[in-house]
Amino acid sequence: MKYVDEYRDAELARTLGSEITALAEPGRHYKVMEVCGGHTHTIYKHGIEDHLPESVELVHGPGCPVCVIPMGRVDDGISIARQPNVIFTCFGDMMRVPGGNGSLLDVKAEGADVRFVYSPLDALKIARNNPDKEVVFFAIGFETTAPSTALTLMRAKAEKLRNFSVMCNHVTIVPPLMALLESPDLRLDAFIGPGHVSTVIGCRPYEFIPADYGQPVVVAGFEPLDLLQSIYMIMRQLAEGRNEVENQYGRVVPWEGNLRALDILQRVFELRPYFEWRGLGFISQSALKLSQEYADFDAELRWDIPGVRVADPKACQCGEVLKGVIKPWECKVFGTACTPETPIGTCMVSSEGACAAYYNFGRFARSKERAGA
Amino acid sequence: MGTEKVDLEDEVLARIERQRKLRPRFREERVTMAHGAGGKATHTLVEGLFARAFANEALAELNDAARIEIAGARLALTTDGFVVKPLRFPGGSIGELAINGTVNDLAVSGAEPIAIAAAFIVEEGLDADVLRAETEAMAKAARAVGVSVVTGDTKVVERNKADGMYITTTGLGVRRSEFDLSGQSIRPGDVVLCSGFVGDHGMAIMLARGELDLDADITSDTAPVWEQAAALMETAGEDLRVMRDPTRGGVATVLNELALDADLGVILDEASVPVHPAVQGACEILGIDPMYVANEGKLLAVVGPERAADALVALQAAPGGEHACVVGAVAEEPQGMVLVRTGFGGTRIMDMLIGDPLPRIC
Repeated sequence: MKYVDEYRDAELARTLGSEITALAEPGRHYKVMEVCGGHTHTIYKHGIEDHLPESVELVHGPGCPVCVIPMGRVDDGISIARQPNVIFTCFGDMMRVPGGNGSLLDVKAEGADVRFVYSPLDALKIARNNPDKEVVFFAIGFETTAPSTALTLMRAKAEKLRNFSVMCNHVTIVPPLMALLESPDLRLDAFIGPGHVSTVIGCRPYEFIPADYGQPVVVAGFEPLDLLQSIYMIMRQLAEGRNEVENQYGRVVPWEGNLRALDILQRVFELRPYFEWRGLGFISQSALKLSQEYADFDAELRWDIPGVRVADPKACQCGEVLKGVIKPWECKVFGTACTPETPIGTCMVSSEGACAAYYNFGRFARSKERAGA
Repeated sequence: MGTEKVDLEDEVLARIERQRKLRPRFREERVTMAHGAGGKATHTLVEGLFARAFANEALAELNDAARIEIAGARLALTTDGFVVKPLRFPGGSIGELAINGTVNDLAVSGAEPIAIAAAFIVEEGLDADVLRAETEAMAKAARAVGVSVVTGDTKVVERNKADGMYITTTGLGVRRSEFDLSGQSIRPGDVVLCSGFVGDHGMAIMLARGELDLDADITSDTAPVWEQAAALMETAGEDLRVMRDPTRGGVATVLNELALDADLGVILDEASVPVHPAVQGACEILGIDPMYVANEGKLLAVVGPERAADALVALQAAPGGEHACVVGAVAEEPQGMVLVRTGFGGTRIMDMLIGDPLPRIC
């Protein structure tokens, strides 16, 4: 496939792999967190870890927008979906995420009109085509998807669509990173910065990471060679004793971000004082809600939602897994209360979360480790 | 790392294994679309409810077709429901699909299709020309493989209750292989063959629904695979271990079933699996792996190493098998799993389908 195959060349990957190995200091173990769920996906899909030396470990971060939605928010969404006359729309992968008592898929099976869409504009189209129904869009995602929700809301306002509203769960990337970095038991050496988020916010917001915490950040693209190259850039920084924000994804990410998108976000959203993250707890100023100007389209105001708060079970140690303090199998609820069928924390919700992957394939990883030893 | 920790990790892994090997139970409060998707939820439903309730020897194998023996005649029996939406799609239609789907379940069980029974559930108000066209499509597909539609049933339901029409078929075949084809017979060193391009049917349906602003020249691969199956049986003889048609859940699901049945590893060489560029492109955009996308005219076969090369030549010479190739092998490890060698030079485990990217494809 043109424009894709170029970034998936196995020969180049082997070369990069050996250059990364050459940069690794003997006896030192490196932990690099890829923040973004999209990166985690690429790492699994292409088997990138097979090109890395054993001393370079990738830690899968909190950047899967579906997995970080707390159970209470899912339950709130479900309560709207159950209202008569409502068409509830969301992205497909949100449908399976369990709340405190079932998922949107279950509510659909009960008879609620829940539909998955590929874009918030599709939800708007459904609203236009069904004027006697209330159409609600369950918005999720980081700064990557927030502009498209914002644009949809601007259109809805311009068209004076009365039957469309948004339940906003958009989150921002910097606060959870800060929360991770603030924890005293963090064991990371560097970050692979999220490429898609950075097309919107640019690279500048990460400058505090090298400046205040002395760790390199390399913003990376989503093809396997992008990731290997970004790991190489990180290893070079570490070898040379540099701590900087570097941009590997220059073909898409401008250093200053997308100013128009940022402007739209400013107009349509405002920061919530705090927001709960599945497995990570409350993080201040880490999420968006609709601004005053768009309050008419705010599903949380239009509907009387219970505002459920389902506490993550105390035993859930997603935070520690994310920080690299413990391995999935060291968590108290791993494999007993928390399984892929009944996930508790964010690391088990996504099939690519550290815990789900370990649950499914840990036996294989272990035998590979033994064979290598 | 201390011994104590290592032991704990083994203990946790052993516990997971024990849980995994428990026979599934169907505990859900309601049926969801995932139960019809051919992946994990379907397995739970079939094994946890149907297989328990109807428990018998033929069913226990949970094959594409049941093997039964009556008065010395070695028969195969299969049944299939068709609820595809839309009724017509590029490359085929529900009628053609109903015949080919049934023929293929028999064919991969080593049985020559002999007779088909068909039940029609038709919606009030359906344009009679649609019914005529689908009947003709079935007749034509049946003639093409020399199978007769020998009996049937007709029901009409109220408007908006059946999306035009549903078809249910039952197929009877005579097993031509003297050997019992079974997933449990695969051995390390066996070779996995794939009869051609994968992912066409599922993607053709997805685009035909017009819900995505995506245009691509993709047509369904609906076709009978009986001649391919016959060629393999003739050439490979007892070295032909098993054949499967990768419909719902795609190649990934079939290979996972084989790995689990035999408690062996299946190694898939991703780059060698033929995928049309248009299908690859559409999958890339939609974030779907073509290995999970349904096929309606392909077969996967596992053949012992001695006759694998001959089997491949025979498969390529059979109609529809022109693009057949070796896509993988059976190995001791990883037990019960499918290991993919990626085009990028890495590896990953390919799990069974969870959830449903695309309902109502057949």
